[in-house]
Amino acid sequence: MPKSARLAVRKTYKLFIGGAFPRSESGRTFVVNGDNAALASRKDARDAVLAARAAQPKWAGATAYNRGQVLYRIAEMLEARRREFTPFGVKADEMDATIDRWVWYAGWSDKIAQVTGGANPVAGPFFNISSPEPTGVVAVVAPPSLLGLVSVIAPAVVTGNTVVVLAPEAQTAITLAEVLATSDVPGGVVNILTGKYAETAPWLAAHADVNALDLTGVEHAELAAELERAAAGTLKRVIRPRPDADFTADPGLRPMTALLETKTVWHPKGE
Amino acid sequence: MTATASIGLSDLRSFLHGLPGVDKVGVESRAAALGTRSVKASAKASAIDLAIRMVDLTTLEGADTPGKVRALCAKGRRPDPADPSCPAVAAICVYPAMVPVAAAALAGSGVHLASVATAFPSGQAPLEVKLADTRAAVEAGADEIDMVISRGAFLAGEYNRVFDEIVAVKEASGAAHLKVILETGELATYDNVRRASWLAMLAGADFIKTSTGKVAVNATLPITLVMLEAVRDYRIAYNRQVGVKPAGGIKNTKDAIKYLVTINETVGDDWLSPDWFRFGASSLLNDLLMQRTRLTTGHYAGPDYFTLD
Repeated sequence: MPKSARLAVRKTYKLFIGGAFPRSESGRTFVVNGDNAALASRKDARDAVLAARAAQPKWAGATAYNRGQVLYRIAEMLEARRREFTPFGVKADEMDATIDRWVWYAGWSDKIAQVTGGANPVAGPFFNISSPEPTGVVAVVAPPSLLGLVSVIAPAVVTGNTVVVLAPEAQTAITLAEVLATSDVPGGVVNILTGKYAETAPWLAAHADVNALDLTGVEHAELAAELERAAAGTLKRVIRPRPDADFTADPGLRPMTALLETKTVWHPKGE
Repeated sequence: MTATASIGLSDLRSFLHGLPGVDKVGVESRAAALGTRSVKASAKASAIDLAIRMVDLTTLEGADTPGKVRALCAKGRRPDPADPSCPAVAAICVYPAMVPVAAAALAGSGVHLASVATAFPSGQAPLEVKLADTRAAVEAGADEIDMVISRGAFLAGEYNRVFDEIVAVKEASGAAHLKVILETGELATYDNVRRASWLAMLAGADFIKTSTGKVAVNATLPITLVMLEAVRDYRIAYNRQVGVKPAGGIKNTKDAIKYLVTINETVGDDWLSPDWFRFGASSLLNDLLMQRTRLTTGHYAGPDYFTLD
């Protein structure tokens, strides 16, 4: 068969919900660099929250060691598939930084509790112990770059949260989803919706079954303020936009601790 | 007994086996087609309120305590404490031992009190025990009795025995409404569901109910469709209306609305009322409340804001 006669296999970039790659419930698509990508609707956002909620207790209940292994596995798979990101303008140094970031966060899974929790000195015959617990389901408006995307997903999931990510850059995000889908990440832990986040984010901001809202990637201050007001109705934690964020810098612990709740237990001391 | 006078007890077998067979493929595709109807906005809001009014809020666990039953009754009287416009459920459904507790908790509320009886869920007990079970529940304050038929006897072809049992339990229930549970998951075929429906109606059932909720297969839309056709045909033949209650496995608003569509398209408006159609359910109510909140507030609701039952 002559080479020219071969049928072109064109890719459709679909959503990533509950470990599967469905089209948008609305059937809508948009074109990005000549390929079709799914344009997520509010019902896709609702389904993604259901998937994230269903996955959350088991993911949070997994041992920290196990979560670290899964995150390290993501770094392995990214290393193996790094060339798949090249067509979307991801340079070698950004790819390196992205993989290093996963490895860095993977290492934190079984250490964050020692750093942010511990025994507290109290005046009385009690053991007083604080331990960090995941906030729950986190809705994230991600920045467009691959490093930025990883810099918002990894700190949320490493501590046992599950995420619904609104990704502005469909091809990069869904290629990352393909890495996650082959890295032993349980279905529903990371859910990625592509399309116009200005359309779906308000539904997530007001959703009573979403526990925190990360607005890192929101570009318009007005929209960010509106989302923050909507989130206040259900007392969600909100991470404000960071338009000038330098994702190559050391992120510190703040991205992880922002999505943790401290639980403190008083226990009587016996003689 | 009036119904049997017209067909004669000895003819029961030939009557039931003379009923037309159910087209399995047809009924399943009809039910699937009815399940695709889109009900939105104000129609959805009124469907949700109707569904809430049709719920028989149920707890049938060995671990039921008086406290749990009282909590369930409070929820049944006012399902959404944050919204006074939310209607009450149709009834609370409990085991006979819990009827006195529930009767006290529901006094004056207008919410009915249903009790399962007749050796629920298996029905494998002597008739005297079943009748005593029924009488005790009625005396303790139940105004609806959910009885189970002897599936073993029905499947063995002892139709007269099943018939006599229903008649006896009906008599023991006195003024209480009698719902007859066919346990369709154990009847194996749609033909048997149709026969059992007719048998129960001829014996005097006020309601026919699909399931106990205790076996693998509970209420399904096609089975409910077959039962709705039976109550429709029975009313034409005998001029008496009988209610239908699917129970078990109806978990969310979408399912509940499919049932409402099926009622409307099969038997019409006459059955679209809590007097003639009920949902036997527990987790369904919270989903109905969440969908209701979504419509009234404009944002998605979460289970953290509703009671755990």
